[in-house]
Amino acid sequence: METLIEVKGLSKNFGALQAVSDISLNVTRGEVLGFLGPNGAGKSTTMKMITGFLAPSAGSVSVAGFDIEQAPLAAKARLGYVPEGAPAYGEMTPATFLDFIADIRAIPAARRRERITEVIGKIHLEKVMHQRIETLSKGFKRRVGLAQAILHDPEILVMDEPTDGLDPNQKHEVRELIKEMAPHKAIVISTHILEEVDAVCTRAIIINQGRLIFSGTPLELAQRSRYHNAVTIIVPAAARAQAHAVITALAGGHTVEEHLLGNDARLTVSGGQTLPIDDLQRRLADAGCPINGFFVEHGHLDEVFRTLTTAASASGEVHRT
Amino acid sequence: MNGLTTILKRELGAYFATPVAYVFIVIFLVLAGVATFYMGGFYERGQADLEPFFQFHPWLYMFLIPAISMRLWSEERKAGTLELLLTLPVPLGAAVVGKFLAAWLFTAVALAGTLPLWLTVNYLGDPDNTVIFAGYVGSLLMAGGFLAIGACISALTKNQVIAFVVSFVICFAFNLSGFPMVIDMFSAWAPQAIVDVVSSFSFLTHFNSIVKGVIDVRDVVFFATLIAFWLYANVLAIEINKSN
Repeated sequence: METLIEVKGLSKNFGALQAVSDISLNVTRGEVLGFLGPNGAGKSTTMKMITGFLAPSAGSVSVAGFDIEQAPLAAKARLGYVPEGAPAYGEMTPATFLDFIADIRAIPAARRRERITEVIGKIHLEKVMHQRIETLSKGFKRRVGLAQAILHDPEILVMDEPTDGLDPNQKHEVRELIKEMAPHKAIVISTHILEEVDAVCTRAIIINQGRLIFSGTPLELAQRSRYHNAVTIIVPAAARAQAHAVITALAGGHTVEEHLLGNDARLTVSGGQTLPIDDLQRRLADAGCPINGFFVEHGHLDEVFRTLTTAASASGEVHRT
Repeated sequence: MNGLTTILKRELGAYFATPVAYVFIVIFLVLAGVATFYMGGFYERGQADLEPFFQFHPWLYMFLIPAISMRLWSEERKAGTLELLLTLPVPLGAAVVGKFLAAWLFTAVALAGTLPLWLTVNYLGDPDNTVIFAGYVGSLLMAGGFLAIGACISALTKNQVIAFVVSFVICFAFNLSGFPMVIDMFSAWAPQAIVDVVSSFSFLTHFNSIVKGVIDVRDVVFFATLIAFWLYANVLAIEINKSN
């Protein structure tokens, strides 16, 4: 696949603080790359360097084949960017603001109307086109920021927490939009919401204390979870001991966790080999143990995230110059 | 150049989208009128010229111009739009010049509001209109100088009040750099050559010589160089300071 973003050995120092340290990555057309990491990990700083707002202290960024430092205008022309908080000029209306963006992006007059109409339709801005941006709700402001970034139909789209502060419906809408655009673009998003990675990203990286500590598909991320392929069985609280006995008889080297939820007990079996599920179900039935729920877990992304980002600091990987 | 004019248009529109423009123009016209008629003794002098009007411009601009320039970059920083602007395909220099020209054009509009005064003086007597023209040119050049200073200072902070106060002080110093209050600060320790340079920076001196009706190349070059210098400093201020 065609590589649209190429980042090599990217570093950024702010005085003595090393905010980003030796990050390399590629994003090809059709990919949606998710940036994960705790607050202050360097996600935004990395995005600011990719989009040419900040100059790197070391390393290089190439956007659609153009070096962001050597040919900034050519690179920026091929890029759409939603900075954190989706800033826009408050005294303008979405109509005048998008006109301004179309102007500065040099969208030919012939195509301009059509592009603007298409984008406001896609992002549902019609109702607020003539209200001042500063009076709009957070959701609409975010959409204006998004509209601005996709107006020139860029090959590369970089979005810093595009769904932050949106309600679940708006989040869903933004995710659908990203999925719809994904096949034709290289998209980078940063997020705190781990389900978002599952929902839209084809690949995820985790940045912690300025370093890249994980890169892989959402599935690979989930596989790192202790709970990947773990089996959870819900039985009545009274049958708990019975179920436990059946499971331990079958399992070898597994951990069984028990949680009481009202009248139900939730037993999660993790670790070791994947359990023979059919066998387990049959044995539970044979033992006369009623099953209220039974499912195989995909993996807890938040647990993997916590393990990866806290283990790194504990093992002394903190990098400050 | 496309980016430059686009930014200029947006910025000029931003002045008029808020009450700032109207408040500023009204206050400028009222103060200019008060200064001309009461402090300058426009009628009492019995002369058909606009000297009593122009002589107060350096003092009016000293605090009115920082009020225009303070928002130029501070607001972009505060609202986060600086990041948006600088990731659009526009050279930083074009953005700096575009914003400056918008503010300059805006002061030109305010200054054009004083044209009734020119009509009045022509109605009352027979003034030398070339001198008045020179006065307007000088006034605009000086406004440009103050604006360039203010724009640069505004690029250094996200706080508009700080931008206003610091610009005011620097404009004040440039106004008075031919006067003892500023000269004495240098003459105590600096060699005569530096003291001469400092005193040659006086806006007042350069402006007054233009207002007398002589548009001397040296005065024009002075203001042009000064504007270019501060705009260049403006570019550097943003480059260095944008991550804060």
